[in-house]
This record gives sequence, structure tokens and C-alpha cells, in this order.
Amino acid sequence: MAPWRAAAMASSQLARRAARRLLSSQHRRHCAAPACPWLLGSAPPVLAPSPVAAAAAGDRRGFCSVRRFTGESNAAAAVEEAENGLVAGGDQAIDFPGGKVSFVAEMNFLPESQRDRINCYRVLDDDGRTISGSRFQEVSKELALKMYNEMATLQVMDTIFFEAQRQGRISFYLTSHGEEAINIASAAALTIDDIVLPQYREPGVLLWRGFTLQEFANQCFGNKLDYGKGRQMPIHYGSNRLNYFTVSSPIATQLPHAVGAAYSLKMDKKDACAITYFGDGGTSEGDFHAALNFAAVMEAPVIFFCRNNGWAISTPTSEQFRSDGAVIRGQAYGMRSIRVDGNDALAVYSAVHTAREMAIKEGRPILVEALTYRVGHHSTSDDSTKYRPVDEIEHWRTARDPISRYRKWVQGNGWWCDEDESELRNNVRQELLKAIQVAERMPKPPLAELFTDVYDEVPSNLREQERLLRDTIKKHPADYPADVHI
Amino acid sequence: MAAKSLREIRRAAAAGIGSRRCFSGDAAAAAAAAAGVAEGKVGGGAGKEVNLFTAINQALHIALDTDPRSYVFGEDVGFGGVFRCTTGLADRFGRNRVFNTPLCEQGIAGFAVGLAAMGNRAIAEIQFADYIFPAFDQIVNEAAKFRYRSGNEFNCGGLTIRSPYGAVGHGGHYHSQSPEAFFCHVPGLKVIIPRSPREAKGLLLASIRDPNPVVFFEPKWLYRLAVEEVPEEDYMLPLSEAEVIRKGSDITLIGWGAQLAVLEEACEDAAKDGISCELIDLRTLIPWDKETVEASVSKTGKLLVSHEAPITGGFGAEIAASITERCFQRLEAPVARVCGLDTPFPLVYETFYMPTKNKVLDAIKATVNY
Repeated sequence: MAPWRAAAMASSQLARRAARRLLSSQHRRHCAAPACPWLLGSAPPVLAPSPVAAAAAGDRRGFCSVRRFTGESNAAAAVEEAENGLVAGGDQAIDFPGGKVSFVAEMNFLPESQRDRINCYRVLDDDGRTISGSRFQEVSKELALKMYNEMATLQVMDTIFFEAQRQGRISFYLTSHGEEAINIASAAALTIDDIVLPQYREPGVLLWRGFTLQEFANQCFGNKLDYGKGRQMPIHYGSNRLNYFTVSSPIATQLPHAVGAAYSLKMDKKDACAITYFGDGGTSEGDFHAALNFAAVMEAPVIFFCRNNGWAISTPTSEQFRSDGAVIRGQAYGMRSIRVDGNDALAVYSAVHTAREMAIKEGRPILVEALTYRVGHHSTSDDSTKYRPVDEIEHWRTARDPISRYRKWVQGNGWWCDEDESELRNNVRQELLKAIQVAERMPKPPLAELFTDVYDEVPSNLREQERLLRDTIKKHPADYPADVHI
Repeated sequence: MAAKSLREIRRAAAAGIGSRRCFSGDAAAAAAAAAGVAEGKVGGGAGKEVNLFTAINQALHIALDTDPRSYVFGEDVGFGGVFRCTTGLADRFGRNRVFNTPLCEQGIAGFAVGLAAMGNRAIAEIQFADYIFPAFDQIVNEAAKFRYRSGNEFNCGGLTIRSPYGAVGHGGHYHSQSPEAFFCHVPGLKVIIPRSPREAKGLLLASIRDPNPVVFFEPKWLYRLAVEEVPEEDYMLPLSEAEVIRKGSDITLIGWGAQLAVLEEACEDAAKDGISCELIDLRTLIPWDKETVEASVSKTGKLLVSHEAPITGGFGAEIAASITERCFQRLEAPVARVCGLDTPFPLVYETFYMPTKNKVLDAIKATVNY
């Protein structure tokens, strides 16, 4: 969301709250019987955001030690209650199957949102300097440079593939412009054993894991070297070798999958977690609710990584939800959560690194909301200037660019210079143009692959259909493309 | 809701609704068992008489016992399930392998896909087939297409979704449905429906071990009412293979699930009128056994399909069209379909709705006399 828009919203919210306080005050002073009973008594309680603890090095008690609300009484709780003037079984509390709850004489409705939005973890300021007092996971020069290289590579790859689509060489493309830090920094904080379940705007994670530019090109062209055998639209990448589940178009379906995958890792006692990525729009799907609730109840080691880039195609977040983004929902499900500056590579890296440690060591899910902005169009099928101002796009593309910010930090450490930059971008560009040429000339997968993998083996009805199709092709070859080997 | 239904089912059973009987003709059962033994399909040991839910329970015990990577989960499965199919599993195999989930069908199916994609056997329960629709997107767009869309880089072949299915006498709209046709239009899925305890155990074990996602529907009317000898040991029955459970020469009858019992009664009554019926249990609806059905219709020259689900868009239409296409010159009468009506499943009109024995018998006579 644009900073001026946020400021405007904040000031209007403050105005509304001030008005509410005035009304409340007036009623209290002048009316013996206030007309609005819900304004009686003190101001409603403000929920303080739970601080994200540093990585807990606790021992595992029992199967796993997860703090959760429970109806069980124990001696310590009884002592604490006595000290606080509450007596178990007395009329000051109710011992409810969902847990012990204290009574209160005043009527209080929780407000729909807190006075202040949940704050956002940040390490690098807009000028690429580490903010004094910020604590973050140290990054070696080697790792820092690899991160920068991959962020720039992703940007160049996106630019060239987008252009290739405009030239009609591939049917569809979707860029990650503005979200390069989210892609690369989160990937850098994981190990290859962690299972990745992407949405679609996270090819950088696959790039980080070693997917080559040629492999990306093969999928976009749907040629015979594509692991997906040309069956899905461009950018629906997948790699078993790299533990990156194949992308599918239905939104948020991968979230409950991630819980099942994480549960499997836990049962196998693997030193690994699942991580699943989704956009702000994906939080509105029912599968989001299913996944977060299952993850909490199952105590699954999964990271839910939300890329809140402000838009779901043409729909701004104000038409997506009225909560304080995605981060606030973690507590509702009993989950630890954090909000991160998604354009700050070091903040993303540190948050995911810590989240991963907690998820694995404590057997629990973690929700990360990365605030960012979708600089590019939603996809090559979208012209985003139809629904958002150009100057807003330009602001995020220039002043808030994650690559520029991170580059300043890397250069500030004396690890990078303009010559390195030119060389890198030229090399990537050349390698990519070559990869595209190779991919474009490669034949499509053979016709037989149209029928394989529907099941483990080709059933008799499909064998019959293949036979019939081949007869038709033999009679009418002109009806079919020449680059598919029959 | 579920608990009430369970009590009502018990009350219905006590009241004697339906009748206690072996759900395969004795002669046919003996022949089938002998054939099974000869083909190595059914264990050689003699079985004990058990009902359908016990047979399902046995299959689940065997599945969890023989594969340490198998899991059973769903709503209320922890204490044994609302139809008792998961009795004793949690105690024996642990709460990490047999567990309740939150009340959310899309979550159950999605979780199961992820678990199976990691190489596990995910045996998910949907409490009533009527509530499988919240999981439709996960089953159709995800489970069914998982292997294909990834070029076989990934698959969730270890997934089996089992669910109570079909009429039960008083289930009304949401405890009586037969949704199999919705899933038969989805390449990548297998849809299995057993007719009896012995069939259920063998088919369920085959489904669980099949390397493809399977939807397994259990005719809940039979959970307690269908009783027969079931081998106690581990055995599997083949998927995508129909079974001729009664040989005949005048007309071929096809059904699945509890409807087989209705068809069998109709066969017996037809025999009294001199009509010889061949009865086939389709067992697997997708991919289905066209060859067995075709061979039968080539012999008899007539076909009747019957199912509880509504007639329009029901799976009987696929069978009728395919057989007409393949056996056109042999057919002596139009293919008959005796099915549920095109209405939501009604409570007080259930007996009018159902494709009853006499509806089937009338259709048999009309077809034979065409």
C-alpha cells in the first residue's frame, strides 16, 4: 500500500477513534442512562501483539512442547490463581472445555482492529543502511553476494521472458518484479531438504535451489525437456530433485498440502520444514482457513509465507479484507506470526531463518507476512494501469526497490561495484537469450505423453483413445502442429 | 448431527428395517469364492461371519499394520468413528497415525494430498458422502491432476478417501446421497463401491495400496445389515474388474453397492417368470470394466443398469452410451435405466424415490418383451 494512502487511513482512523472517545465522554458526563450500552465502562482492551521470541532453545517435552490454551488444571495454575485472587471453581472464573476464562463485570466488545497496526520488522533502511539497534541473522560475504546475484538474475529473467511473451514466443508470463527479496532471501534461509509449496510468484526460490535458466525456458516453451511434459501453462514450474512442488493455478490449494507434507516430515523426524507461499488474495480462500487451523491443531512444522503485495489482480487489499492484513490472523488460529518488510532482504532472511528454527525444533507452524508491492502487472494478460495510478507504481519501482536497497548495503560493505553489476547483468542476459533460442527450437514432447501420467499406467479407455487419435492424425495431418512428434 | 444419525441407524436396525441376509446368492458366493481361491484373489482360510463395518475395520487394521507410513484421519475417527469403522485403531497404532482433524472437508482432503505426496498412505474419511463437496476442488483440481500436471515429478497416489454412501432409510437430503457420477467425470481418479463385507475388505485394501488417488464409497445401509463370511487374513480384490455374480442368458443387469441386493431379488423373481438374468457387479466405476460388460451384453442382447443416484447424468448413462456404441448390432432392445428420480433425496418419500425391486422387475419384463 502506498505510504500516503497508509497515512491517510491512519489519520482517518485516529479521527474516528477521537470522535468515539468524545461521544463516550459526553454520554458519561450528561446522561444518567446512556443510550449506547456498549460504550459503558472503560475502553475495550487492546490486544498487544505477542512479541516474536528469539529462537527458543528449549528441550522438547513429550512429543513436542507447544504453548496452547488448555482446560487442564494443574498445581502451578492453582497457586497462581490463588495469588491473583482467583479461586478455581469460584464465581470469578469459568472452567470451560475450551479453557479457563475469567469473568468481568463490564461489557466489552473487542474492537475490530487495534489502535496501531502490527509493526513491521526491518533491518535495512531505504538507503541500504542497517538500522541502529536492529538485530538480524549475520550474512557472510559469499552468501550476501549469492543473494544479490540471484535477485538480479531473477529480475533480468523476468524482463526478458516478459518481452518474449509480448513477441508471441511464449503464451503467458508472470513477473516477480518488486518481490525479488522475498523470493531469494526466504530461499536463502532454507535448506534443500525443506519442502517448498509455491503459489506462482516465487520462481526465485527455485532459481536459488539450482534450477537453471535453461530449465526455466524449457517449461515456458513446453518443449520435450520440460519436466512437466508441456502440460501446464508457462511459469508452472516444479522439481522433485529440488523439493519444489509443481505449481498449480487454483489459489491456496497448496496450503493444506503443506500441512500434510509438514506432518510427514515430523513423523519422519526430519530436520526440515515445509514452507508454502501465497498472496494476500489467497488468504480469502477457504483453504487458507483450513490450512492454518489444521497446522495449529496438528502441530505441523510449516511456515506460511504471505506475500502481501497490496493487490490481487485489480483488487486492492481494502476490498480483500478489513483485518490488519494477514499477520493478525495467526493469533486467531493459535499460531506465532510476524510482519516483515518484504523489500528488505536481510529482514526476510532473518525472519525466515528464525521461523524455520522454531517450526522444526518446536513442531509448530509459523505465519510470516511480508509487506511489499507488486511492481509489475499481475501477468501478461493484465494492464495494471487500468486500475492503479502510474506514479504509485513508479514510487515502488524506484524509491522502494528491494534490489537497489540491498545493493546499497552490499556495496557499502565493499563487496560489489558498478563493473560487477554490468558484467553480471550482461552475462545473465546472454545466457538467457541463448536458453530461449535452445528452448524455442526444441520439439514439443511426443504425442504419447498426452496420455501418460493420468494414472500410474495408461488404462484401456485411454489406449483406445490414443489409437483413434493416431488414426485421425494419419488421415488429416494438416490439422495438427508439426513440432509434436507423432 | 452425526451422533443422532448413528442412534437413528441403530434404532432402524433394531426395528428390523431391511432384512438380515447374505448379500450374495449362496451358489454364486460359493462359485465366486472357489474362483477367488483358484485365482489367488481370496485367502484360502475360512472366514468368520462379519458385517460391513467390521470388514472395513479389519481392512484398516491390516493397512496400518502392514505399512508404517499409513495414516487414518478425519472427523471423529479417533474414538472409532460414527459408524465404528475405525474402532480400536487409535489405541493400537497411536494418535499420531489415527487422529481427528478439525471439522473441514477441504482441509481433510488437502492435508491428505500433501501427506500422500510425501510418500505416505493417507486414508482420509469424509463422514458422509453428502459432505464431500467442500473437498471437490481439492479432489478434482488437485488430487486427480497431481501426477499429470507435474509430468510425474510428484504424485499423491497414496491417497484414499473413504466415505459412507447411499440411502439408509431415513437420511433425507444430506445423509443419503450417491455422488459417484460427479467423480466419474474426472480423469486421474478411481471410484470404487463394494456390495458386501468380503468385497469391501478386498477392494479397500486394493484401493489403499493402489498408486492412484481413490474415492471409496461404503454403502452405509449395509454397515450392520450385510453379514457374510470374510477371510480374516490380508487379501486384495482387483480394481477395474467387474464381477459376474449370476450367470444368465436373456438380459444383463448391472449395478453397484447396495443396489446389487435389489437387483438380485429382481433376478430371482424374473426367474420365476422364466427370464434368465445375468447380474454384474461393476465394483469399479472408473476406470470401468467395459470388456466384461460388453461380453455379457453380446451374449444376452439386452442391458439394464440400475443405481440409486438420479438418472440424469448418472453413471448409468455412460454405461448405456458405451455399450450401445460397442454392441449396437447385438442389442435387441433399448438399454434400460432404473434409477433414482431427478429430485433431491426425500425423507418421507424415500420408498417412492428408490429404484425398487418391482421397478427393476417391470423394466426387465418390458425389455425382454420389447
